[in-house]
Amino acid sequence: MVQALEADSSMDMILGMGAHAPSVPFERAEFVRADQNYSILNRIVKATQVDTILHTFMVTNSVGLSHRAMHEINVIGTMNLLAAAGASGSSVRHVVVKSSTLVYGSTARDPSTFHESTPRGGPARHSVERALLEAEGLVRDFSEDNPGTLVSVLRFTNVLGPHLSTAISRNLSRPFCPSIFGFDPLLQFVEEDDVVRALLHVTRGKIPGLYNVAGDGRLPWSEVASICGTHLIPLSPYSPLKIRPLSRLFELPPELEDLLRYGRGVDTRRLSATGFEFRATSVGAVYSFIRALRLRRAAGKPSSSYTYEHDVEQFFRHSPSVSGPQDH
Amino acid sequence: MTDGRPVGIAKKRSTAVVPIRIPPDSPDAGADLRLSDVDEWGRSERFRTLARAAYEPVYSRWFRVEWEGLENIPAQGGALLVGNHAGAIPSDAPVIMHGIEKELGRPVYGLADYFFRTVPVIGTLWARGGGVSARPANAYRLLKEQGQLVLDFPEGTKGPSKSFTERYQLRRFGRGGFVEIAMRAGVPIIPIAVTGSEEAMPVLFRVPTVAKALGLPYFPITANLLAMGPLGIVIPFPAKFNLRVLDPIHFDVPPDQERYSKSRIMEEAERIRNLIQESVYDMLRGRRSVWFG
Repeated sequence: MVQALEADSSMDMILGMGAHAPSVPFERAEFVRADQNYSILNRIVKATQVDTILHTFMVTNSVGLSHRAMHEINVIGTMNLLAAAGASGSSVRHVVVKSSTLVYGSTARDPSTFHESTPRGGPARHSVERALLEAEGLVRDFSEDNPGTLVSVLRFTNVLGPHLSTAISRNLSRPFCPSIFGFDPLLQFVEEDDVVRALLHVTRGKIPGLYNVAGDGRLPWSEVASICGTHLIPLSPYSPLKIRPLSRLFELPPELEDLLRYGRGVDTRRLSATGFEFRATSVGAVYSFIRALRLRRAAGKPSSSYTYEHDVEQFFRHSPSVSGPQDH
Repeated sequence: MTDGRPVGIAKKRSTAVVPIRIPPDSPDAGADLRLSDVDEWGRSERFRTLARAAYEPVYSRWFRVEWEGLENIPAQGGALLVGNHAGAIPSDAPVIMHGIEKELGRPVYGLADYFFRTVPVIGTLWARGGGVSARPANAYRLLKEQGQLVLDFPEGTKGPSKSFTERYQLRRFGRGGFVEIAMRAGVPIIPIAVTGSEEAMPVLFRVPTVAKALGLPYFPITANLLAMGPLGIVIPFPAKFNLRVLDPIHFDVPPDQERYSKSRIMEEAERIRNLIQESVYDMLRGRRSVWFG
């Protein structure tokens, strides 16, 4: 994300923040290491007078996270972020929040397609859904309390792509993959690249509002599995008979189990109406993921296409022996 | 080292890979990458072709379906088909869906209780065959945005679960939701009266405790079950099916309103129920035999 922002010369200053050090070097951005719930954000916002905050840290996958940790990151993190953005005299004019279509849930009662305004079928069933709904509630309150600040909320469907690792992508990259017996739900995916592009699109265009982000088209889980060349292992659909050790073999968080039963489709016309064009369809996202995986399997981890070399750049910038401006 | 070069350079030469800017992977965007033909509603044309071929003998030999008033169904544009619903496992839905597709070449999307989706295998097959769960949002999308024919049974499960002693007495037409959706989508309602469905699988009595234990909407003991044993669960009696398509009902209200008058909706729902009830009685008056029509 930061890499894409750096490429845009209209951004004066970019400040990254996270609990872990960034996995790629930044060219122009600076990075501040924070704790999980962003408690120092308030001071940073005051000190740097940023005008836009991109909140992309929300967890949308409950694997290996306790309910409490999820609450801490999604709800308390969002709360601190919004508190910093809404403090008196705050310089923040635009808040972009990355949420997930998990807020719609996945039940038998669902309509085939969710619009941004469609309410979910019932109360939240899983901790990740609860945490996201609560965080979105905080965002809604924030936008009502601060009419001067633009608020964009993007709800992404399941992301697939060359780099990102999620419960779904890890399952698909194994030779055996779980499914629920007798169910073959329709799923919608968004390509990694489109995620970043959508965030950039609303950030640059200063487009407020609530948007679904998903590639066009839907495909059944069985088709996803056969594209990825993995074999589906059907698990019993009835919980008393569910072979727990078997589902332990797979990475099957409860929200994914629901999704593998009923699937989910969203309407993305509202985002398209703002001028955003998706590069990849749902099936394109699956191919983008599996083609990158095949390359990794065959040729190992490819060298990053990000060719910024810190030492060389420092030399160009600061060495007295370099004459004339360099464009990099 | 051995050839006398400095260590640092030798190491660099042997391990450093010159970075290349790899263009992002782009699978051919124009090509059709799909492996199956399942569409956004979960239906698959390949599966439907098979299912139609399998159902055709049932339709024309077993039930010997006869239609009147098919010209009332428009050749294009959305319309909501509304029928009476009967028989423990109602055959009226597949008969109407298969029949209209066979006679007019238009697919029909059958709305069914979302309960279908919760049943393994059956739910998936139902969706592949063209069934959609009965949510207002689904009906609106099909009727308004995609201009399709949608089949609905407003009686819901109250129709098929009624016992044989109450045959051909239409139940309450829900809460009029079907009228509201047709108004909102700006499409006509086309009532269809069906006879034969009651006798195909008559419900003798119901066992609510079993239904509750199994989580089913109702658990009927049918005459088929007594006559054929376990086979009776799936095999209907060969009753003659007659269907009459009534005149389309247009509503003179603007589409896409926030709300519609509840009294108007209930009035129209009751009127449509009466229309279907009257033609069912009229068809039964003319019917000489349950089996031969």
